[in-house]
Amino acid sequence: MNLSLFYFLAFLAILSALMVVVAKNPVHSVLYLIITFFAIAGHYILMNAQFLAAVHIIVYAGAIMVLFLYVIMMLNLNSNVEPHKNKWLKFAATVSGGLLMVVLVGAFRQASTSVAVVQNSEVGLIKNLGLVLFREYALPFEISSILLLTAMVGTVMLGKKEIN
Amino acid sequence: MNTIFQTIPLSHYVILSTLLFCIGVLGVLFRRNAIIIFMCIELMLNAVNLLLAAFSTYFGDSAGQVFVFFIMAVAAAEVAVGLAILTMIFRNTGSVDINFLNKLKH
Repeated sequence: MNLSLFYFLAFLAILSALMVVVAKNPVHSVLYLIITFFAIAGHYILMNAQFLAAVHIIVYAGAIMVLFLYVIMMLNLNSNVEPHKNKWLKFAATVSGGLLMVVLVGAFRQASTSVAVVQNSEVGLIKNLGLVLFREYALPFEISSILLLTAMVGTVMLGKKEIN
Repeated sequence: MNTIFQTIPLSHYVILSTLLFCIGVLGVLFRRNAIIIFMCIELMLNAVNLLLAAFSTYFGDSAGQVFVFFIMAVAAAEVAVGLAILTMIFRNTGSVDINFLNKLKH
C-alpha cells in the first residue's frame, strides 16, 4: 500500500517536473510545477512529516507559485512564442543533463543507506519539531527573519522606478 | 504509517531526489525563458529538501527537517528578489530571454 502510493507520487512528481521543462506556455509550466509540489507534499505526509507538508503547501503552492503567476501575468508572457533556440544547444543540454543523471544515479546506487536507521516516526510532528526549532535553532530562526526583512527591503528597492 | 521504514527503502528516495534534481538541471540548461529557469531552480531546491526530509525521518533526527524549514525561508527570499530583478530587466529590455542578458549590461 505504502509502496504503491510512493510509486504513484514519484511518477506524478517526475512526470509533471518533465512537463515543467517541456511546456511551451509559462503558465502551464507554473501549473505543472504546482502539481509537482503537491506530489512532494504527499511524500512528506507519507514520511509522517506533517509540519513540513503543511509549510510546503503554504509556502510553495500558496506563496511562491502565486508570485510566479503574478509576474507572468504582469509581464504578459502567457503566450506560446518562445524564440527558437539553437537545436544543437538543446541537444547538448539534454545530453549533459542525462549524463549528470547517469553519474549521480550510478554513484548513489552503490551508497549503502541502510546503516543505523532509527525507526522513530514521531520526529516530524509539530510538537517535536517546534521544541527543536526554538531550543537548539533559535538563533538561526531569528537570523532567517533578518534575511526575510533584507529580501523585502531589496525587493522594494529594486521594484521602484528609477528617478533620472 | 509506522511501516514506512519497512516498506519503502531509503534508496528509493535518494533515486527520486536525484531524478528531480537532474530534471531541474536539464530545465536550466534547456530553456531560455528566465522565469522558467527560476522555476527549475525551485525544483532543484525541492529535490534537496525531499532528500533532507527523508534522511531526517529515517534516521530519527529532527535537525534535517528544521534545515528544510530554513531552506524554504531562503527560497522565499531568493524568489522575491529574483522576480524583482526579472521585472526590472523586463522593464529595461522588454524581454526575459537570457540570451539578451549574457553581457550583463544594458
